[in-house]
Amino acid sequence: MAAALINVPAKARRGDVIEIRTLTSHIMETGFRRTAAGDLVPRDIITSFTCRYNGTEIFRADFYPAIAANPYLSFFTVAKESGRFDFEWIGDNGYSSTASASITVE
Amino acid sequence: MSFWRAIALAALCAAAPALLAGEIPPEARRSGYSFMGPDTRAMQDDDTSNPGMLFVLDGEALWTKKAGSADKACADCHGDARSSMKGVAARYPAFDKSLGHPVTLDQRINLCRADHQQATPLPYESRDLLALSAFVAHQSRGFAITAGDDPQLKPFVAQGRDLFMRREGQLNLACTNCHDDNFDKRLAGAPITQAQPTGYPLYRLEWQTLGSLERRLRSCMTGVRAQAYDYGSPELVTLELYLMSRARGLPMETPAVRP
Amino acid sequence: MRTTRRQFLSLAGTVTAAGTIPIVTLRPLEATPAMLNTAIRNVVGEAPIRTGKVKLDIPPLVENGNTVPMTVSVASPMTATDYVKSIHVFNEKNPQPNIGNFHLGPSSGRAQVSTRIRLADSQKVVAIARLSDDSFWQVAADVVVTLAACTEEVN
Repeated sequence: MAAALINVPAKARRGDVIEIRTLTSHIMETGFRRTAAGDLVPRDIITSFTCRYNGTEIFRADFYPAIAANPYLSFFTVAKESGRFDFEWIGDNGYSSTASASITVE
Repeated sequence: MSFWRAIALAALCAAAPALLAGEIPPEARRSGYSFMGPDTRAMQDDDTSNPGMLFVLDGEALWTKKAGSADKACADCHGDARSSMKGVAARYPAFDKSLGHPVTLDQRINLCRADHQQATPLPYESRDLLALSAFVAHQSRGFAITAGDDPQLKPFVAQGRDLFMRREGQLNLACTNCHDDNFDKRLAGAPITQAQPTGYPLYRLEWQTLGSLERRLRSCMTGVRAQAYDYGSPELVTLELYLMSRARGLPMETPAVRP
Repeated sequence: MRTTRRQFLSLAGTVTAAGTIPIVTLRPLEATPAMLNTAIRNVVGEAPIRTGKVKLDIPPLVENGNTVPMTVSVASPMTATDYVKSIHVFNEKNPQPNIGNFHLGPSSGRAQVSTRIRLADSQKVVAIARLSDDSFWQVAADVVVTLAACTEEVN
């Protein structure tokens, strides 16, 4: 199960600077930890996050093992037009997850 | 002390169960939240930044998902959890009549799976069990804890209290030595809390995931270099019951965030 | 080799807890300041890095290094001609010097990013911003990480 919590204002006035917050389920295993038996736990992290606003990329992040488990992000954008935000997380072992949210701009 | 305050105090003493020696009186009981720094509080305060809510969301999906050979979902019997599960977790661990002993919320979920869904039990600390437990307990957020009020639970609360008071492990410490006698002081850099289990299952920054009260108790036992009791053991269940009854009146916070 | 306090503690732990508690949370790997410098140069190249414009909000005393809230903001009008292109965050003592890169644009409106990071020990965190004129600006913060009093066995 890949739950994600997305927080985007449902409505905004044209030109407003709005905050977007995302929280997604992922263990972000660093690849530096060992089990009690001494075996290295292989790295399993999200490496990249992208946010598109009506198809145009407005924010992108590269993650390293120093990003905490269940990655949280807050960033901003200018509300230009009504439409959709698409979020995409990509990671190790073919991990891929998406979510979206809509906004009405008046 | 004024006359009226004396009366009020007397009334309070008469209404509340008598306190045993060394116990924290109701008005002095404090959630672990009050021992945290502003950044960790902020993480719990806002649902969109509380990572525990990811598990609540998962639990909400599981609630309506059919399981087992009976092909039934929790919702098929219990309906909308927002009304049917309201306040329930604040009463757990609760007495199970057919078993004749208290069961935790995790155990109740697995009993339901066995008896009504004909499904295999979910392992302790598995994502699904934590998610269901968090979703159910979340419906009690804000409800005052009343666990242990059932008179049938009295001997089990007493057993749990015995364990809380008993020294154990190579460090020869009882729970009470830290959490009744020394809360507000520090152990290494971390504040010692009152051990009020108000927000379980909760998201611990140390764990970087959600965990049960039993996991927390086991980690305390490892901390005092004692052999931790097994998940679901009568010892952990009665200890959980005593701790919940000791937190009587405090509001539920599930899913809480703790360092 | 000089015995550090950390090594001594780990040795002492091995002796007293032998056979009972597995030692788990010791971190032998550390990014060195040289690695930090290399990681920064990989992003910045040979360009000069000036101090200022960037603000790093991070608790000076962290309750648990596994999840540390952090906000980076940059003083910028965020117009089509004067904006922040990217924000890069580094650390000194984790096994790796990189924490995250955040790519913004003129449509961001505000040059501010928040996330939660891991810090293996008390150390310096550095945030660098690249502006639209390709100038680089930085800020550093020292963070004290308290270690949990009771750790548990790996499940």
